[in-house]
Amino acid sequence: MTPAALSLQSLACLRGGRLLFTGLDLDLGPGGSAQVAGPNGIGKSSLLRIVAGLLRPFAGTVQRTGAVALTDELDALDRERTVLGALRFWARMDEAPSARIDAALEALGIAHLADIPVRMLSTGQRKRAALARTLASGAPIWLLDEPANGLDVQAAATLGDVVTRHRAQGGIVLAASHLPLAWAQDVTLHLTAPHEGMLDDEAEAQTRRHRSAHQAHEGMPPTSTGTDGDRPA
Amino acid sequence: MIGGIILRDLGRAFRSGGAWMPLAFLLLIAALFPFAVGPNATLLSQTGGGLLWIAALLASLMPIDRLIEPDRESGVIDQLVLRGHGEGSILFAKQVAHWLTFGPPLLIAALPAGALLRLEPDTLGTVMLGLALGTPGLAALAILVAALTAGLRGSSALAGLLVLPLAVPILIFGAGALHFGGLSALKLVAACSLLLCVIAPIAGGAALRAGRE
Repeated sequence: MTPAALSLQSLACLRGGRLLFTGLDLDLGPGGSAQVAGPNGIGKSSLLRIVAGLLRPFAGTVQRTGAVALTDELDALDRERTVLGALRFWARMDEAPSARIDAALEALGIAHLADIPVRMLSTGQRKRAALARTLASGAPIWLLDEPANGLDVQAAATLGDVVTRHRAQGGIVLAASHLPLAWAQDVTLHLTAPHEGMLDDEAEAQTRRHRSAHQAHEGMPPTSTGTDGDRPA
Repeated sequence: MIGGIILRDLGRAFRSGGAWMPLAFLLLIAALFPFAVGPNATLLSQTGGGLLWIAALLASLMPIDRLIEPDRESGVIDQLVLRGHGEGSILFAKQVAHWLTFGPPLLIAALPAGALLRLEPDTLGTVMLGLALGTPGLAALAILVAALTAGLRGSSALAGLLVLPLAVPILIFGAGALHFGGLSALKLVAACSLLLCVIAPIAGGAALRAGRE
């Protein structure tokens, strides 16, 4: 098997007539990991969907060696089937042996949920089942979109172990999260908007904090600076 | 892979019970019609064939909102595309599965329905042959429209408006075979069906791709 690789060259993303990011470069070899960081709406999920091949990049190229598996906010598990039944369908699509499903459920600590219908699962349990699909797929490149959302502390730690093991076997992980993920820190891609003030709410809010602190120091009441920091991004 | 999708869709349709709806619908119409127009055997046998065609057409419309939208919404289509399957082949698989859940049950239901409507054996034979040729086209049309309207609010009303004009040729030739045309009308039904079966996965696939952007 050829070693997995993922390389992005000067990638740009245009969504809804707005340029989300430009000039993104990334090179990951076997065992590599990267986290995509940045505020909401900056294009983290779009980047992952471009890498997965679900969206066309506006500019730049994506080169992948090896299959990809994506876990995003859509679990793609049939609600009326059991966890095991829903995962079996994907194992058949991936031509993966069904023993790998059991191993994945075990690794993520949801082996006891195998016979529960998907619609009965809680948010965190459903997330873990979706991660089990990625784990069972055997794909070397994992794309994880906000993987820790809805997971409790223990489950998040388990996910860290699973990812570490996957990387030790030569796998690649590209994770998008607004929170730091300890297990995907080889490279951190900070997405920023190409035009100042377009999406950079955080910088704007910071400036405002700065200004009001300064005014308090001068003994003046902080004046209202508007609420443009709350614009939807 | 196509086999896997077909099996999954068949399982879903029969588990949810939705697959029995077209069958029940056809029988219901055939049972109610004699009450509405009176038990006049001549009248029933003259209009019954056309009625079966209308019922079949409407029955094909019933599951449209369950064909594509749930899978698009839950990410199943994304995950299939991710694995390198084209939208066209996904839709083709769904088209086959949809036909299997409504074509053969409709043909079976046509037998008791024909008896309720006092159809002559010859007429019933022509209707069933026409339905066997026409239902793949109706299934393809349902898939095409389901793909076009996936993600829209209030899509079922729009779906009906889109399907009916496109289904008219199949209806005209199918019902026409009962009165004049005969074999040549059935050939035209088959031609319409074939055309729709080929166009639907291609056009529907393009619609799904465009919807993802």
